[in-house]
Amino acid sequence: MVDKLNDDIGEEKRLQLWEMMLKLRLVEKKAYDLFLQNLIKGTSHLALGQEAIAGAFGVALKQGDYTFCTYRGHAHTLARGSSIEGVLGELMGRQCGLMKGKGGSMHLTDVDNGVMGSYAIIGAHLTIANGTALASKYNKTNEVSVCFFGDGTTNIGAFHEALNMAKIWNLPIVFVCENNLYMEYTPIHEVTAVEHPAADRAGAYDLDKIIVDGNDADEMLRTAEKAISKAREGKGPSLIEAKTYRHSGHSRADPGKYRPDEEVKDWMENKDPIKNYRAKLLDFNINEKIISEIEEKIKDQVEKATEISMASPIPEIKEIYTDVWANGGSEWHN
Amino acid sequence: MAQLTYRASVSLAIAQSMRKDQKVFFIGEDVGAAGGVFKATVGLLEEFGKERVMDAPISEQAILGAAMGAAMTGLRPIAEIMFSDFLAVCWDIVANQIAKTRYMSDGQINIPLVIRTANGGGSKFGAQHSQSLENWSMMIPGLKVVAPSCPSDVLGLMDSAVKDPDPVIFYEHKSLYAFKEEIEQTDISIPIGEANTLHEGKDITIIGLALMAQRAKEAAFILKDKHDINAKVIDLRSLVPLDLQTIKKSVIETGHVLTVEENPRLCGWGAEISSLISEHCFKNLKGPVTRVTTPHVPLPSADILEDNTIPSVELIVNEVIKKLKGE
Repeated sequence: MVDKLNDDIGEEKRLQLWEMMLKLRLVEKKAYDLFLQNLIKGTSHLALGQEAIAGAFGVALKQGDYTFCTYRGHAHTLARGSSIEGVLGELMGRQCGLMKGKGGSMHLTDVDNGVMGSYAIIGAHLTIANGTALASKYNKTNEVSVCFFGDGTTNIGAFHEALNMAKIWNLPIVFVCENNLYMEYTPIHEVTAVEHPAADRAGAYDLDKIIVDGNDADEMLRTAEKAISKAREGKGPSLIEAKTYRHSGHSRADPGKYRPDEEVKDWMENKDPIKNYRAKLLDFNINEKIISEIEEKIKDQVEKATEISMASPIPEIKEIYTDVWANGGSEWHN
Repeated sequence: MAQLTYRASVSLAIAQSMRKDQKVFFIGEDVGAAGGVFKATVGLLEEFGKERVMDAPISEQAILGAAMGAAMTGLRPIAEIMFSDFLAVCWDIVANQIAKTRYMSDGQINIPLVIRTANGGGSKFGAQHSQSLENWSMMIPGLKVVAPSCPSDVLGLMDSAVKDPDPVIFYEHKSLYAFKEEIEQTDISIPIGEANTLHEGKDITIIGLALMAQRAKEAAFILKDKHDINAKVIDLRSLVPLDLQTIKKSVIETGHVLTVEENPRLCGWGAEISSLISEHCFKNLKGPVTRVTTPHVPLPSADILEDNTIPSVELIVNEVIKKLKGE
C-alpha cells in the first residue's frame, strides 16, 4: 500500500508526471498508426513501455539543461517540451517538423528545449554529452547534461571512454541506461560478461552501482532528482541502470518474435508503467475525474497536432542544399 | 623580424587564439605537461592553466566528443589527435557526428571546433604513423580541410580556423615541424579557401599541399635554373573550401597541370582537381592532367623504402620534364 503520510512527491508533481508519460505513450501510438497508413516513411524505434524513464527526467530537469538521446528518442524529445507537431511533422517529413525533414525520426533535435540531438550510432553521444557538461563546468554555470542510451551501448568502446572522462573531470552529467533486456534482437545477457550491463561496470569508473525499476515512475523520479542534484552541486557524474521493456520490436521492421510470449504478456499486463501509475494515482486518492480530464486533454492535443502535421507542406527541394555550413549554404569551392 | 619554426608557430598560433578569446580551450593527449609529442604545444599549460589546457586520456572518441559537445554550446575548442592515423579510431565522431549535425539539425547547431593533427610521412614511422589523410576528410560534407605548408600559414590559417563557425580539420605536416621562416608579424589571419602562389611561371601549373607544395617549389627552382621551365606552383592551403578560381586562372595560362599528392593514388585529392579542370578548362588544356602520388601501397618504414615511396623533388622535376619535353 502507498504511504500517504510520508509522500515526498505530492499530487501536483504526480499529475505532471502522469500527463507527461501519457503524452509520450499517445504520441508513440499515433506514430505507429501513421506508419501503418504509410504517412511516415523510413524507420522508427518506438519507446512504448519505456515512458517512465524519459517522463521522470522530463519532470526533474530544468530549462537550460541538456539532454542527449538515441534513435529511440521521440519520447525523450517530447519530454523536454518539444511540440507534438514538431515531432510528428519531422517523422512525416513536413515543414513543421523540428528539422523540417532534414533529420528524420532518428535525429530529433530541438536546441531551444535543450534537446541536443538524437544519435543513431551507438555510443557516440555519451562522449558528446560530456562536452556540454564540460562547457557548463568551464563556464561555471550549473546546467546538467543527461544522456540516455540502451543496454547494448554498454558493450561499445565509447561508453567506457565517456564514463572514464566524466569521472576524471568530475563532470555534471547523468548517464541513463535504459535496459530493456534486448540488444536489438539479442537478449543482452547472452552477449554481456556481467549481469547488469551498466551498473556492474560502474565500479570500474569509481561510480555508484545504481539499479532502478524503470517502469516505476515514482522511483524513477526520485532516482533522477537525486542524480541531477548531485551533478548540479558539482559532485560529479552518475550512471543509472533503469530496468524496462519495450512493448514493440526494436524498430519498424521487427515484430519482436524472439521474445517469449509469457515474458511479453507479463510486462504488458503487470508492469506497464502507464497502467500502474494510473492505479497508483487512485491509491493516493487523486480524483479520477482529474485523471480522466488529463487523458482527454492529451488525446485532443495529439489529434490536433496530427492534423497540423498532415496539413503542413512538404519541404522545398532547394532545402537539400542548405545548412551544411554556418553561412547557410553547401558550396565547397569558389 | 624573427625566425620561427613551423613547430613553434603551432604553439604560438594556439596561444594567440586563446589570448584573444576566453571561449577557446585546448584538449589532447600529452599536450599540456608534456608539451606535445612533437613539442608543438610547449608553454601552453604554463600560460593558460589546467582549465584551458586539458591533458586527456588515450580516448580519441571521448576527446573529440567532448570537443564537439562543448562547441555545440558556443565554446571554441581546439582538439589534438596526436597522429592523423588515429582519426580512424574516432572517425564516427568526425564523419557522422561533427560533420553532419549542423545539417541534420536544420542549422540549429553550429560546431566551431578545430581538430589539429600531425599528418604525413618522412619520419620512418611506418604505415600507421605516417599517412596523409586529407582526402579522408575532404570526402565528407561538412568538414573544412586545411593543411599549412609553412610557419606563417600555420599562424594565419589557425587564426581563421579557430574563428570559423564550422568544424575545421587542421593537418600539420610532421616533416615540416623543423621548417624555419622569417616572420615579421605573428598575429596574422589568412582566410581559409585562398590558395597561395609559391612560384610564378607560365609553362606549367603544379598544384601541391603542405610538404608536397614545398617540394613542388623546390622543383620549380630546379626546373627554372637547369631546364628553362617556368612552373607556377600553387599551394592549395585548404581542400575544402577549394580555391578553384586560382587554379583555373593558372591553367588557362599554362595549359599543363601536374598535381603532387602525398596520399596513395586512389581517390586522392588530385583526382578531384583533375576532374574539375577537365570540366572547367578542357579547351585550355594542351595535354592530360597528370598526378604524382605515392604508389597505392601502405607506407614502408626503412629509409630507402619510404624515401622512394613519397614523391620527391627529383620525381616532380622528372615528371614535369616528361610532360613538357616528352623525355
